Amino acid sequence: MNTFVYIDHFKGTALPASWEAIGVGKTLGTVKALVFGQGVEALAKTAFEYGADEVLLADDAALADYRAEAFAATLGKLAADGAPDLLLFPTTTRGRELAAMAAIDLKTGVMVDVTALETADGKITVTRPIYAGKLLTKETCSSKPPIITLRGRAFPKPAQQAGKSGTLTKIAAATGDFPTKVEGYTTGEGGVSLADAGVIVSGGRGVSNNPALTPPAGLDEKQVEIWKAQQGFALVKELASVLGAAVGASRAAVDAGYVPYPNQVGQTGKVVSPDVYIACGISGAIQHLAGMRTSKVIVAINKDAEAPIFKLARYGVVGDLFQIVPALTAAFKKKLGK
Amino acid sequence: MKIVVCVKQVPDSAAKVVVAEDGKVSWGDAPLVINPWDEYAVEAALRQKEALGGSVTAITIGGEGSKDALKHALAMGADDAILISDPALVNMDTQATAQVLAAAVQKIGGVEATFFGRQAIDADSGLVPAQTARLLGWPALTLSAVIKVDGGGSAPLTVRVERGVEEGRQIVTAKLPAVFSLVKDFGEPRYPSFMGIRKASRAEIPAWSLAELGIPAPASVIAWPEIMNPPSREVTCEIISGGSPAEIAEALADKILAEKVL
Repeated sequence: MNTFVYIDHFKGTALPASWEAIGVGKTLGTVKALVFGQGVEALAKTAFEYGADEVLLADDAALADYRAEAFAATLGKLAADGAPDLLLFPTTTRGRELAAMAAIDLKTGVMVDVTALETADGKITVTRPIYAGKLLTKETCSSKPPIITLRGRAFPKPAQQAGKSGTLTKIAAATGDFPTKVEGYTTGEGGVSLADAGVIVSGGRGVSNNPALTPPAGLDEKQVEIWKAQQGFALVKELASVLGAAVGASRAAVDAGYVPYPNQVGQTGKVVSPDVYIACGISGAIQHLAGMRTSKVIVAINKDAEAPIFKLARYGVVGDLFQIVPALTAAFKKKLGK
Repeated sequence: MKIVVCVKQVPDSAAKVVVAEDGKVSWGDAPLVINPWDEYAVEAALRQKEALGGSVTAITIGGEGSKDALKHALAMGADDAILISDPALVNMDTQATAQVLAAAVQKIGGVEATFFGRQAIDADSGLVPAQTARLLGWPALTLSAVIKVDGGGSAPLTVRVERGVEEGRQIVTAKLPAVFSLVKDFGEPRYPSFMGIRKASRAEIPAWSLAELGIPAPASVIAWPEIMNPPSREVTCEIISGGSPAEIAEALADKILAEKVL
């Protein structure tokens, strides 16, 4: 099978699910990696090291910033000329959007956020979560080429072979009067992104309830709550920092204004699947559980022994998170030599 | 500004959704509601109308029951609503859905902005906004958290959005018409007012068939041969207890490290 794999990157840094997609493509046959951008030849080299047989490189000032229309036009032309059997994308914001547009341009269908894939007689059947993972569905695509976006961390990342090379083919970016202009970026809080995180430490509404704290004078009730929550989330962030983990939050914590929305895990936030998920002061509403239930090892710290989160957890501590979480941070610091 | 907002009726996010013994997807007695993301889209559309004038039309594809999602949009303040309903519109994939919505936007005519929620919480695809934009030939301003429209009168309408991406926000400008999808940090959707609910309950909602849209039934290419309950997690929770917080933490850290996943 001849597979095109779209390499999603930001300013030359690839999102890791792109390499996982090369790995999947290699299990099916040959891989042509698509690298679009400006000054991104280094990325083409890395694509070879992750297993690409060929890299189709569109290096052009018109592609300096991701713009859906410009990237889709270049992609559409390439796919129409190259006649791949399959197009793979990482399920990232850009990957999902480009896959959507490519399906229209190529008159085919997209199977999105796929977590498993099998082939029989050259026909692909995928599995993907729906209802935020409350159910799974199998999907097939009757038109060609099928387009698939792969969920990050659902497939293994191939080993990087330093110095491995392949055929580099330079291609022209599509020209045209594209309707959007990128003015710039505002950066997020930084830190580890939830989707790529191997470890996530999350806080819930419980982090604002530390009775041992005395808030500064002059705050009203809501300000006291937020202040207490900030103190609580500082503990969550310290543990995350020691573990190199991303910080997550329940919807309750986001809605109460303790943490910004991009940190929300759950049905109306991000669906995550880390190796370790440590839930601090999260009781486990069904929408939250849907967003993290496929994590490999779930750890729950909650004062309520009846909290639903314990039904999913491998390890639990029924106790005061304001004592347990700092103690856990100290224990990991010692054991990990940090 | 003339705005269309596309909404969908879905099972409530708190629903326990399972594949029942008859093989069908069941959400028990949980209510069907407007897709929570679409409430942000309605809110965004109403705020543009409040700032610039114009109108907001809510549309959906579905049966009679889907009118409830339209009524919710009307109760929030949308001016009118259209149900797109046809026996041929079943088991549609995203590109088929986009074809129908794009045809509806074109039939309405003079539309300057089409709003969507970022995705529907049932199929979780998040493809339809970009696909509808592609079919209309309009810019796709997906995952918008901030929308600012400028111009009007003799000047062409332009828009500046902040889009949520993995690295933060991308600031993009474009000319209208455009398609937008909305994320939650746009701001909380308003609650329907009492007057709004009364108005919505009395509203006459026209239904458009494919013939009225003037398109043939779009072919779907994605099939769903099997829907399954996820494998149950065979976990028994080991509660770490006894001793001081430091001792409990020590024991818990050892257990986690022994899993060899850190």
